[in-house]
Amino acid sequence: MANIISDETIEYVGILAKLELSDEQKEQAKKDMGRMLDYIDKLGELDTEGVEPMSHVFPVQNVFREDVITNSDTREELLVNAPEEKDGMFMVPRTFE
Amino acid sequence: MSLLDMTAVELAAAIKAGKTTAVEATKEVLAQIEAKEQLYHCYVTLDKEAALAQAEAVQAKIEAGELTGPLAGVPVAIKDNMCTEGMLTTCSSKILGNFVPTFSAEAVLNLQKAGAIILGKTNMDEFAMGSTTETSAYGETKNPWNPEHVPGGSSGGSAAAVAAEECFYALGSDTGGSIRQPASFCGVVGMKPTYGTVSRYGLIAYGSSLDQIGPLAKDVTDCATILEVIASHDTKDSTSVERQDTDFTKALVEDVKGMRIGIPNDYFGEGLDEEVKSAVLQAAKVLGEKGAIIEYFDLSLVDYAIPTYYTIAAAEASSNLERFDGIKYGYRTEDYAGLHNMYKKSRSEGFGEEVKRRIMLGSFVLSSGYYDAYYLKALRVKALIKKAFDEAFAKYDVILGPVAPTTAPKLGESLADPIQMYLGDIYTIAVNLAGLPGISLPCGKDSKGLPIGLQLIGDCFQEKKLIQTAYTYEKARGEFPMAAKEVC
Repeated sequence: MANIISDETIEYVGILAKLELSDEQKEQAKKDMGRMLDYIDKLGELDTEGVEPMSHVFPVQNVFREDVITNSDTREELLVNAPEEKDGMFMVPRTFE
Repeated sequence: MSLLDMTAVELAAAIKAGKTTAVEATKEVLAQIEAKEQLYHCYVTLDKEAALAQAEAVQAKIEAGELTGPLAGVPVAIKDNMCTEGMLTTCSSKILGNFVPTFSAEAVLNLQKAGAIILGKTNMDEFAMGSTTETSAYGETKNPWNPEHVPGGSSGGSAAAVAAEECFYALGSDTGGSIRQPASFCGVVGMKPTYGTVSRYGLIAYGSSLDQIGPLAKDVTDCATILEVIASHDTKDSTSVERQDTDFTKALVEDVKGMRIGIPNDYFGEGLDEEVKSAVLQAAKVLGEKGAIIEYFDLSLVDYAIPTYYTIAAAEASSNLERFDGIKYGYRTEDYAGLHNMYKKSRSEGFGEEVKRRIMLGSFVLSSGYYDAYYLKALRVKALIKKAFDEAFAKYDVILGPVAPTTAPKLGESLADPIQMYLGDIYTIAVNLAGLPGISLPCGKDSKGLPIGLQLIGDCFQEKKLIQTAYTYEKARGEFPMAAKEVC
């Protein structure tokens, strides 16, 4: 395997991805990601010098509209799906100590 | 002829002519679900009472002359990644196990305006990440041709429901082949339109630059009819394209004289099953006999499509799935210490293995230090792949090939080796990268009795050429009965 994923890297990816992994899961993730990157490295065979990265296949332009409210107030309905709510707001754990 | 054997268009015509009613059709299909669902498990959510209530309301409107369209009164199944107001929408994930949307996807609304009756939500790979429907958090769907085999994925529930006649047609979504491949494995017709043709509003995003909604149906006529209804320009989807040529049923013409069909040599190399190969080439021969000009050519870059796709799709998925944070909707963990621990635990407990694998890969390829080498590199190769298709479509109207290298694998054989599973997407995936339309339709069966799919690929906005070619082939091929009629 050409790509060896270090403990630091998988720790960092866990922070970016907001995922908590057990030690066993970390080992598996290191192996899986290493294999996948080995496979993706195949793209290195292609010379892409001077090729523009293509985000959209069609020429797209910014879509503008007037800043006018078209939807109605659905706060009550939306809050029904919230795991926790209080006084018409989403309830989150304490953010500052 | 049982109502269940009718296509969607035939059923709507029978209802319109007063030979049956939307209520009668809904009752029959609910009875079929009752009889078959335990074995096949096509649905995650069913609402029988709501379906009957819709059927009565729609029937009244048909009788009053308010609903006259070609799908009025026909029961449909919706893939569980499209929001349906008031009906559970899980994406086959634990993290959305209790999510009831307050609005419906635009494609679903378009169907409802046309008089569709929504039966329920179909099973899928979790967040559409998978090729077998086995990554669903709610159990696997079985292939109605042989329940020891997978239905394909990720729209496996939709394809199996059509094949088992547990609905008259279904909506699916296709990010790398997720409509065309299960259609192929289940012996139904599935179509992925040009990117931007169907609004993605209300489709829970996986890879936004690749995702498109499309129909799974019993024949090409149904497919064209459904696509005509769901295609719309929508200001709520910033990548929605304004098209004037969405009268797709106009292309249901039996004629391929002079149609230039290219067969990529690179689609018939190593890894392709012999029986699949011969069935697909036989279909090409049929089209040649009908007057199409068949030529072989080198498409190039085929082996690079899968690594390009998994880089881009994982990157977009890692960003799109950040919204599942245990605050606004969905699952929240029981015990946590502070905000960040709550995020991490909710997501780790709520997402399945394949989803986590792709989120981590995506986070990695987008992280500073690796962004240029992986993500931008993939976007550059995507540009090369698009160019290869542009060159092909300068010479050909349609590209013809297989949908997948094999017929449906057995349950439990695919997930152990993710890369091996990804390789099964080799013929479908480039179509999404280049934003092209593609259709899959049955062209035979293998010695195990499992269906084989033929894939036709068109240039952007050339759905009509695809529909015309597919329709002509279908007429020449003759009837291809649904699994429900053949084996159930």
